[in-house]
Amino acid sequence: MQRVAEMMLERAKALLADGTVNRVVGWEMGEFFYDLTPAVFTADGLDKFVYNGFSGANLSKYMIKECAKDGKALVFLKPCDTYSFNQLINEHRVDREKVYIIGVECRGMIDIRKIRDMGIKGVTAIREEGEELIIDTIYGEKKCARKDALLEKCLCCKGQEFVVYDELLTTGEAFTVGGNNRFAKVAELEAMTPGERFAFWRNELSKCIRCNACRNVCPACSCLQCVFDNPKSGIASKANADDFEENMFHIIRAFHVAGRCTDCGECSRVCPQGIPLHLLNRKFIKDVNEFYGEFQAGADNTTKYPLTNFTKEDVEPSIVTNRGGEN
Amino acid sequence: MQVNEKKGEFKPTIVAFCCNWCSYAGADLAGTSRLSYPANVKIIRVPCSCRVNPMFILRAFQRGADGVILCGCHPGDCHYSTGNYYARRRMTMLFSMLDYLGIDRKRTRVEWVSAAEGTKFAAVMNDFAQTITELGENVKLGDLRCKE
Ligand code: SF4
Ligand code: SF4
Ligand code: FES
Repeated sequence: MQRVAEMMLERAKALLADGTVNRVVGWEMGEFFYDLTPAVFTADGLDKFVYNGFSGANLSKYMIKECAKDGKALVFLKPCDTYSFNQLINEHRVDREKVYIIGVECRGMIDIRKIRDMGIKGVTAIREEGEELIIDTIYGEKKCARKDALLEKCLCCKGQEFVVYDELLTTGEAFTVGGNNRFAKVAELEAMTPGERFAFWRNELSKCIRCNACRNVCPACSCLQCVFDNPKSGIASKANADDFEENMFHIIRAFHVAGRCTDCGECSRVCPQGIPLHLLNRKFIKDVNEFYGEFQAGADNTTKYPLTNFTKEDVEPSIVTNRGGEN
Repeated sequence: MQVNEKKGEFKPTIVAFCCNWCSYAGADLAGTSRLSYPANVKIIRVPCSCRVNPMFILRAFQRGADGVILCGCHPGDCHYSTGNYYARRRMTMLFSMLDYLGIDRKRTRVEWVSAAEGTKFAAVMNDFAQTITELGENVKLGDLRCKE
């Protein structure tokens, strides 16, 4: 990781120096060491640039605004981030010509929440040593396996393929990340009774404070005017007035990105309440795969997205009502 | 069911979104042919089945509907050629999601009814009303503020 970070900085400096780009989009330290935030750098601010196990933030969406500015910007994208960027190209939200993309190797990003859930408190620093994390805390040094502290999205990594880039920075070393079946939990929920599912979701969704972070971070949610900002929608950026609004907001949010969601996992990562939003997105992805054929948003620039497409032989909605199990 | 006992005979509220060109005309035909269908089916006319945004369906439930049905032209016959093909995909996805959230999937339905199918319209509505009556009141989705 350290080596990749050095290579990145070197390339950023070189590209700024030769005038290919006039700014760099990367990550800088936030309030806490584990709280890296996206930032735009020019040559003299580059000393603040960081790339480490907490660079989970997907920088694709920031390129929408960057593309409205003059000159070309350099952006670092991890393999899964390139799917989001590609999807933004498909939706004409970014200008490919104004972005110089460096694809960077990623071995999985760390989820501070998982470390806290292990009961490790007072964390002051985290170092990576091979497959282990060395965690300094005010109560002394702790250790945990790296794979136990990875973000959900990394446990189900899409692989190390970059779908769009100008150049790549990789170490060439062999490593594995991911490997979990992303639909396992969805299938588990599907196998429950409707009553159990209802209880599961009510429990999860009732935690929602309607901060809209999930929408704001989502690369697929790039409308200038969002339905959730429309006061007439009845669910505009406010605390839920009743149980139903929780369901409504979440169904509509997931529906609006259905078929365009690349499963980048940003929504679940940023939710301050830890709501498993990926389970809603993945349900749509799973359904699309089952009903209309395998589809990965952002994988290419030609396939039409499932919900703006159709075939005459599509299944009827009654397939849902008629499938087995109780109502 | 307690609800029914309390209120006497349960009369469900059913919202039917009907596309202007086929299903609404089908409903008209059912009317002019003096075919009977339940009076608690509230028809909302939409230009095409694909005008129906998933939010409409959810909103209908929120405002107290016990069942929501969408009717459009038969696939291939849409006045705008392809609207109902899109609606078909959307509704399939939406219904599946409702089911995933544990909400009764029998409360939603899509039927294709042409302008000439007055009898089918009446039959569909009678059948749907029957199903909803058996399911009883919609408690999971209603907005509590809308109840007395
Ligand atoms: S819905 Fe979540 S996983 Fe899907 S594209 Fe948006 S942020 Fe990424
Ligand atoms: S980020 Fe979480 S709490 Fe905030 S609106 Fe989304 S689901 Fe609700
Ligand atoms: S006009 Fe009837 S479904 Fe489109």
